[in-house]
Amino acid sequence: MVMWRALVQRELQLLGRQKADWLNPLVFFLLVLSLFPLGIGPEPGMLKQIAPGLVWIAALLSVLLSAERLFKDDYRYGVIEQLVAGRQGLFSYVTAKICCHWLSTGVPLVLVSPLIAVLLGLDWQSWQVLVVTLLLGTPVLSLLSVLGAALTMAADKGGILQALIILPLYIPLLIFASGAMEAAATALPYTGQLAVLLAFLLFALALVPLAVRQALRMNVG
Amino acid sequence: MSIILAAEALSCVRQDRVLFENLNFQLSAGQVLYIQGKNGAGKSSLLRLLAGLTLPEDGQILFRGKPLSGQSEEFAEQLLFIGHHSGIHPQLTALQNLAFWSALSEQAVADPYQLLGSLGLAGLEDIPCFMLSAGQQRRVSLARLWFSTKPVWILDEPFTSLDQQLIATLEQHFLQHLAKGGLIVLTSHQSLSADYPALQAIELEYRW
Repeated sequence: MVMWRALVQRELQLLGRQKADWLNPLVFFLLVLSLFPLGIGPEPGMLKQIAPGLVWIAALLSVLLSAERLFKDDYRYGVIEQLVAGRQGLFSYVTAKICCHWLSTGVPLVLVSPLIAVLLGLDWQSWQVLVVTLLLGTPVLSLLSVLGAALTMAADKGGILQALIILPLYIPLLIFASGAMEAAATALPYTGQLAVLLAFLLFALALVPLAVRQALRMNVG
Repeated sequence: MSIILAAEALSCVRQDRVLFENLNFQLSAGQVLYIQGKNGAGKSSLLRLLAGLTLPEDGQILFRGKPLSGQSEEFAEQLLFIGHHSGIHPQLTALQNLAFWSALSEQAVADPYQLLGSLGLAGLEDIPCFMLSAGQQRRVSLARLWFSTKPVWILDEPFTSLDQQLIATLEQHFLQHLAKGGLIVLTSHQSLSADYPALQAIELEYRW
């Protein structure tokens, strides 16, 4: 636990030094969403109808954007090689990385969601559902992005490769998250979709850290 | 004296090129294995094999008489590996890097300022490592050797970019580690100047 706390602290120190790593995705998210009312026209009915898909597509792409450099520096400077050789710290390192990635990309999206609700003309109820889907869905986005980053960290230009590996895995999430929001907008029950999102989260939480650890070992060996 | 680390008929192939084959050695506590060779001769590849990062093409590595592959966890607990890259994140300060490695090895550093000061880094503890010179970054990386309790050290070119004075300090520290029953495997292009009690040297030839 002491070790884990120190590792999280290190990640936060790095985020503090490299602010672009978490500010860029957030700014990208806000930019994309603020352009839609301008491009499509400010008609509230229309925006409200497409809002669920829009918010989630923007969230997917912004998280993807943030993940490319996740392991690059640690790989280049030999940190990961030495972690793999030492073994016992590797799993804590992976979980700290995932945690801090979510804190730096998922949580800001939740925090700016009231602003998004205003931009897209969402009502109180829709905003609440948006927050719940973001809270359940963004950790899954972070988990999958970290996996993609771990698989492609040794590749020179891994960005596109990572998108190709990870985007198909994002799609079920996109469908169920925007499905929940659409159902809520038309006053239908949406707990089913939320339960599926929760199931995704628990499943990913159980398996992805182990897969990431293995991917790091594979890339070093 | 019991043999801790041994290699039996070890071979390594990289990109269809045989780097070395049929390599044998036996190391017991208090011994140094000093690996020499030209650039590209396979020194770093040998160290990576010994650290368990890659698998040999042929032959095996024995740890306390048993094959390494079956007890990699136990071996990793005894191992301190500093590879060709320093393991220092240039955006973090010397203190932060030190805190990271001390947390990972679960060894608290009693007084990090004093430790960094003794390595000639007094006053530089709080600035990001990318502002330090190559030699100073290497010192931050090697600071781990002063609080580590792992007996087996595998060090790739530890003397690179260090000045004469620090090389002497480091070699004195090596001697202390050996006296405590440690074991060191290292590569270097420089000749060792301290008087080691039990030194084994291997010269890897560059082959096509």
